[in-house]
Amino acid sequence: MTEPALRLDSATVRFGARTLWSDVNLSLDRGEFLAVLGPNGAGKSTFLKVLLGLQRLNSGTAQVLGKPVRRGSHQVGYIPQHHQLELETPLRAKDLVAMGLEGHKYGIPWVSRRSRARIDELIDQVGAAEYAQRPVGLLSGGEQQRLRAAQALAGNPGLLLCDEPLHSLDLNHQRAITELIRSQAVDRGAAVVFVTHEINPVIKHVDRVLYFARGDHRMGTVQDVMRSEVLSELYQSPVEVIEHKGRLVVMGEHSEGVHHD
Amino acid sequence: MIERIASSFSTDNYWELFQLVQNSVLTAAVLGLMGGIIGVFINLRRAGLVVHGIAEISFAGAALFLLIGLDVVLGSTLGAVAAAALIGILSIRDREVSAVTAVLMPFGMGLGILFLYLYQGRTANQFGLLTGQIVGVDDIQTRTLISVAVVISVILILIWRPLMFSSVDPQLAAARGVRVNLLTIIFMVLLGGAVAMSVQVVGALLVLALLVVPSAAALKVARRPLIVVLLSCGFALFSAVAGIMIAIMGTVPISPYITTISFLIYVVCLLVGRRQRARISSETAAAMS
Repeated sequence: MTEPALRLDSATVRFGARTLWSDVNLSLDRGEFLAVLGPNGAGKSTFLKVLLGLQRLNSGTAQVLGKPVRRGSHQVGYIPQHHQLELETPLRAKDLVAMGLEGHKYGIPWVSRRSRARIDELIDQVGAAEYAQRPVGLLSGGEQQRLRAAQALAGNPGLLLCDEPLHSLDLNHQRAITELIRSQAVDRGAAVVFVTHEINPVIKHVDRVLYFARGDHRMGTVQDVMRSEVLSELYQSPVEVIEHKGRLVVMGEHSEGVHHD
Repeated sequence: MIERIASSFSTDNYWELFQLVQNSVLTAAVLGLMGGIIGVFINLRRAGLVVHGIAEISFAGAALFLLIGLDVVLGSTLGAVAAAALIGILSIRDREVSAVTAVLMPFGMGLGILFLYLYQGRTANQFGLLTGQIVGVDDIQTRTLISVAVVISVILILIWRPLMFSSVDPQLAAARGVRVNLLTIIFMVLLGGAVAMSVQVVGALLVLALLVVPSAAALKVARRPLIVVLLSCGFALFSAVAGIMIAIMGTVPISPYITTISFLIYVVCLLVGRRQRARISSETAAAMS
């Protein structure tokens, strides 16, 4: 496994005259955990869209496992931000997981025995066996998010993209989902790109940080990037990073932009 | 009033009468099956009002074709598909389509009324467009209605998984490579066709009774995908067929029977669904204590 899970070379995205971010160079190995931070509108979501093949780069290249990014690739798993599913959604938990496996396929909606076995396996993997038969609309936010993790893991991805997957979950569920991503993706050799506005819930898993702001970015370890002088330079205004009982608090004129979405 | 309805009933020669409307019953049954399938997606995508809007444009198309002496089914299909595709395209740009629908709806209705006013033929035809006329459909129309309904149902089954995926979680579906926007357009065109066919049975004003109410009822009591579809089809088929079979005994048009039956089914399902949910929550509470 010599090729990196994800490789960006001078990647740049522009919207009209505005440069969202430019010249991003990144090589992420399997098993690495990258946290993507930054205020709203700095380009975190667009970064994920690029990796999903839903947004073209204006210049530079993006490769997943040695191949150019492609829409709908099975090598890439995706956990979206949590949004509560409708109460009357006509799906059980296992039907939702099945969608992650075969939801993109046309033809008679028949689930083969092999797929069925794989679905059960995925449900066990995320610890959702207890409510596998329950209607998804009746499940809690944390339970639904576990199922989304199972959907994302369905293709055994080499790269797992997470778009604020902990948003609006309580602390217990945040911890559970984080551990799940750690044990089922990172420890199984997948690289993780984790977009978040709050680094603390994942801080002990993070290998590197990519911080977007004001059309610019900084990358490095937590110690390299999450420092007052680095972020002040990036924001072009005073920002203070305070460590308190193992938690990092970013404060400054932009702190609202930093901590809310 | 009740006397007027009751006195119009007669069960004499019922089976002879029934044979006369056999075609209509068969058509209603097939349209019911189609309505049951597409209704699940209409409810999931919260497109109930959109269906009503499409039906009124469909009415305008039918009225225009009646006026100029062309096939009414073709006219209503053209109107419905055009309206549905337009709403679909607008919905991709901006998810809020109820305003557009609300603008199109009275315009279509107004046009339709104008065309009917200009039309010099039998008034029964005019009223039929709004409230249903299936007893009057001829053999060719029956064949058209049934084949279109079958084609729509088959396509829906073949695109079931991606359509369900993009209806439930469009963001994730797009990430998995599903052409969410293309599916929206395909769905809207199918919906246009389904509305145009249903207009022939229950009329433009009452299309919701066949396309939306049965699946809304099914979604109240079931959550397993297959069961929801089967129930929804069953409810739609039953309301349509039973509506016709009761209506031929009297002189009241068929649509009030169809709408009443589907409404009653919905009410029963609503109550059953409530009891189910109460039971589930008390069981969860018991399990947690």
